[in-house]
Amino acid sequence: MAGLLTPEITARIGQANPTIHVEVTRRDIQKYAVSTGQRAKKYLDGDEAPPLFHFGYSMAILPPEKLRKDGIAEDKLIPPLPLKRVMAGSSDTVYHRAIRPGDNIKITRKLKDIYEKAGKTGPLIFVVTEVVVETEDGEPILNETTSLIAR
Amino acid sequence: MLRYEDITVGSELPSRDHTATIVQLFMYNAAIWNPHRIHFDHAYATEEEGYDAIVLDGPLQGDWIGQVVTDWIGEDATMVSFGYANRRAAYLGETMSAGGKVEEKNDETKEVKVSLYLKNAQGEVTIPGHAVVRFA
Repeated sequence: MAGLLTPEITARIGQANPTIHVEVTRRDIQKYAVSTGQRAKKYLDGDEAPPLFHFGYSMAILPPEKLRKDGIAEDKLIPPLPLKRVMAGSSDTVYHRAIRPGDNIKITRKLKDIYEKAGKTGPLIFVVTEVVVETEDGEPILNETTSLIAR
Repeated sequence: MLRYEDITVGSELPSRDHTATIVQLFMYNAAIWNPHRIHFDHAYATEEEGYDAIVLDGPLQGDWIGQVVTDWIGEDATMVSFGYANRRAAYLGETMSAGGKVEEKNDETKEVKVSLYLKNAQGEVTIPGHAVVRFA
């Protein structure tokens, strides 16, 4: 193995972003439902959130001057990687219950793992993060595992 | 009404085409609070980052294949798990076709596993996915 991952990089495994606290509104759900072209009445009426609704809640809310040139907020969770070309990302979620208006929820995103593998055309670095969404009372809502590959 | 007993392995889920407009893409990125310029700034996306056009968000495409499942089950089952992967870029103006197929049934848990896809007009899969739903 090439040994691309320095101790500085692997030391970041297990770290988490500050927890985000959200009061879910019907209007937020309706905006998401309309913009994604949902057909189910419960989503369009905002009675229940579609399965991927929580995605936007992980987005940093920063003024424009704090964003990179491409408009993205620096992802402080993932350390700078020695391989710069980021390829396919994936997302896998296990659901416990749907998000509903009036829910007080908290979202925690954690760096679960960084590891390298030998690919056909050179080394690959895999970055795995976990997003946990639960109510403020600790009732589980969903667990999402995302991964991206750099080469 | 969709009943577990009536579902056969190998059968197709109803498919649906999506053609996002610039207004829809704006609404989506506003709703999720995503200021990434490749989703609204044509000159930036093409000249600075070398894309063919404004890029459709991966999670929006992921949502479209999720809707294949939620529209199919309605209130008759619940989503247990859902996953998708970004395989290739899709662009504003492209008509994307979302669909899926029943892969497995588990008579003990009354769970059904489906595979999902989002394809472009050339038939290339941009977003493959999978889901498990459970019947009461």
